Amino acid sequence: MAFPLEFGLNTFGDLNHDANDRPESQAQTIRNVVEQGVHADAVGVDFFGIGEHHTDYFPMPAGDVALAAIAARTQRIHVGSSVIVLSSDDPVRVFQRYSTLNAISNGRVEVILGRGSSIESFPLFGYDLADYDELFEEKTALFAELLKGSPVTWQGETRAPLRDQNVVPHLESGPFPTWIGVGGNPQSVVRAARLGFSLALAIIGGPPSRFAPFSKLFLAALEKFGRAPLPVAMHAPGHVAPTDAQARAEFWPRWKDTIALISEERGFAIPTEESFDWEIGPRGALCVGSPESVAQKIATNLRVLGANRFDLKYGMPGLTHEQLMRNIELYGTQVIPRVRELLA
Amino acid sequence: MASTSSRLGILGAGHVGPVIARLALRAGWSVAIANSGDPADLELITQLVVPGAEPRWAADAARDADVVVLAIPLHRFLTMDTGPLAGKLVVDAMNYWPSSDGVLDVFDHDAAGSSEVVAQGLHDSTVVKTLNHIGYHELEELSRPAGSPDRRAVGVAADDERAADTVATLVDDLGFDVVRLGNLRSGQLLQPGGPVFGVAVRRAEFEARIEAWSAGSLVRSGSGDGA
Repeated sequence: MAFPLEFGLNTFGDLNHDANDRPESQAQTIRNVVEQGVHADAVGVDFFGIGEHHTDYFPMPAGDVALAAIAARTQRIHVGSSVIVLSSDDPVRVFQRYSTLNAISNGRVEVILGRGSSIESFPLFGYDLADYDELFEEKTALFAELLKGSPVTWQGETRAPLRDQNVVPHLESGPFPTWIGVGGNPQSVVRAARLGFSLALAIIGGPPSRFAPFSKLFLAALEKFGRAPLPVAMHAPGHVAPTDAQARAEFWPRWKDTIALISEERGFAIPTEESFDWEIGPRGALCVGSPESVAQKIATNLRVLGANRFDLKYGMPGLTHEQLMRNIELYGTQVIPRVRELLA
Repeated sequence: MASTSSRLGILGAGHVGPVIARLALRAGWSVAIANSGDPADLELITQLVVPGAEPRWAADAARDADVVVLAIPLHRFLTMDTGPLAGKLVVDAMNYWPSSDGVLDVFDHDAAGSSEVVAQGLHDSTVVKTLNHIGYHELEELSRPAGSPDRRAVGVAADDERAADTVATLVDDLGFDVVRLGNLRSGQLLQPGGPVFGVAVRRAEFEARIEAWSAGSLVRSGSGDGA
């Protein structure tokens, strides 16, 4: 494998419940995320990412602030966005925030740009979703320019032009790793290659094997654009507990409730228990189960996709902080070593 | 297997287009695929993601097709050149989805379904609504040969009977049981917020959901077993 094998965790700041199934406050949930990030470092996880969301059940619009707290208490783990919704943000400000985080963390920042399923930021910040493609295209291109260092000269439609602009803080040792999160659109894969960003495949439903052609497309597109190979990551939701039965019992009711909320917002019929069981089974996308089951699934998928990095989106609104800490513990101490062994 | 109609022109190379293309190629259709730009930009994608399909300019893909599939974000439909679709049988696989299109005034009223609005914009074409309600990420996994006990159902809504027949053949070739809905207006049953959007179920449950919804008695419970 051309790039080292790496393992990350992602959260959306999923609102925690307490042991009596009462909601914790949003503030306590954010403090818990900081503890979870510190714990991830302690158990050997390579990357801790926070995905931008703006809802009561994902109260995490400013993940970089929480990441700064994690960075201040850790030495090794990489920290970053998973994802940040660049289209509804100012690329200059995003660069400044993560460049500041990169300074605090001594160069441990990675940024994943994308949309995720987070759309609440568009009306919140006055953007029109119908302009999504134009916004993303232009802003990712500007972000690529900012990563090259100052002075920056740029002109476009979506923000004021920059002419020989000094943008601080400067990067100490070159650009931090930047990825583009891609769902099922092959044109987004080609765009990532064209802009020279790594590819993060977000696989939240259906068989991960259907993404295998995307890795090949990414490498072929990099070659076409005269670029060297870049890493490929996959991201999938899940939950690790001591046994398959316990993981399922903890996760399913929270998954069902959350998907029901999102379904209501977007007009999906609510998924059936049958479809959930298929998704947590060997061919589905969700990594829910014992350390051994989850490790087998991750190893299989990394191999099929030719990916060198796996990020587990852990948690779901309603799970407790203790359940998430145990998930992180099992992921770091059992799942990761077992995947390494399976792929050795 | 495809017999009378066998040339598919797919407009859209995003999430949905390539998936429909692969299923159609497997069933023996010849497939041309286009996005809004130069087919040269689609060569790598077709080669690696849709091997066997031919990348073409949208106008050419539409002109030579027996069936044209619209698989683009709906807001793009509002600005596309619809000239090449004149006289064509057009499958509308799109959805009005404010969470990804933004609010589009022309689609944002209750009386008409989104495919009726599309049909008004394509008055020289014959519009059939289908393939919009199962997630693109599940279509290939759920495709089954005719007669399989776990084959899933796909709704087909059209005003033109012959067009509906042709598209029913396509849907069957792609690996799904066809449930015919009376007319294009009934296509609203297949839309976001409707009884079958986003869940892939077998024919019996599909028909039961439609019936319960039409009778006004379907409560969104999520308790369906999909069987």
